[in-house]
Amino acid sequence: MKNPIEHLNKIFDSRIRLGIMSALMVNESINFNDLKELIQVTDGNLASHLKTLEEATYIKVQKAFIGRKTNTTYSVTKAGEKAFKSHLDALEQMIRSMN
Amino acid sequence: MTNQPAGASLDTIRDIKQMMERSSRFISLSGLSGISAGVCALAGAWYVNDTIEHTNFGQAYAAISLTLHLVKVAVIVFLAALISAFFFTYLRSKKTHVPIWGTQAQRLMINMIIPLGVGGLFTLKLVDLGVYGLVAPSCLIFYGLSLLNASKYTFKEIRHLAIVQLLLGLTNCWFVGYGLYFWAAGFGIAHIAYGAIMWWKYEKQA
Repeated sequence: MKNPIEHLNKIFDSRIRLGIMSALMVNESINFNDLKELIQVTDGNLASHLKTLEEATYIKVQKAFIGRKTNTTYSVTKAGEKAFKSHLDALEQMIRSMN
Repeated sequence: MTNQPAGASLDTIRDIKQMMERSSRFISLSGLSGISAGVCALAGAWYVNDTIEHTNFGQAYAAISLTLHLVKVAVIVFLAALISAFFFTYLRSKKTHVPIWGTQAQRLMINMIIPLGVGGLFTLKLVDLGVYGLVAPSCLIFYGLSLLNASKYTFKEIRHLAIVQLLLGLTNCWFVGYGLYFWAAGFGIAHIAYGAIMWWKYEKQA
């Protein structure tokens, strides 16, 4: 029997990164502060996880200004969507293989 | 193999689902808000019923001053319901960690306000033209439509409340003259029932 764990995406091991991806999958885009509020993490922690996802090209960043304040919003890329869906499939496979 | 990975996968899927819900819907809407809005509506309906019974319609000026008075009462009831509903939802937003004026709340508001605003102006025009018989149905129908629209941005259950309002509003069109009873059933009793169910389902343990 093939080990189903190998299909799981290492990048989504972190609950925070998984949380970010889940939120971005169902929203066109979300800004930094809303993500922070949703996931309940510190600025630095969130920023480093966002960086990881950005480097994997799973999410893209848009920087804009509202008045003088920067408003950074994040959205999921095609690659990110694909990776997230196959991660979900892998999770499903694991649950099925146990029954 | 043990059940460990399956259990972990289920937990992960639950987390994903929860995050999807929390990020796309406004889940701080409290059941208590529904109950308090319903109580305000019932109090308003009871007061109006009492006022109409004690009005002498023989005098022409009485009808005009009554209309003005009723519009004032309606505005007060609406504000009281809104403020009390806001209060309980504000308390709930502290618990759910969803900002009360975040993206989700804004999306919910804008999608409710458009049908509600159109309905409000239309209903005022009905009052202006003296078509009092259709005031209650119009309130119920436009409110039902606005809830139906809002159901995409908050708890799905609000759809059932929307259907109830729409059915009451439409039925009322064939029972013109009983508007106050339909109005009290929709804005009062249906709100209280919906609020109680939602509170029981989501907030009781908290």
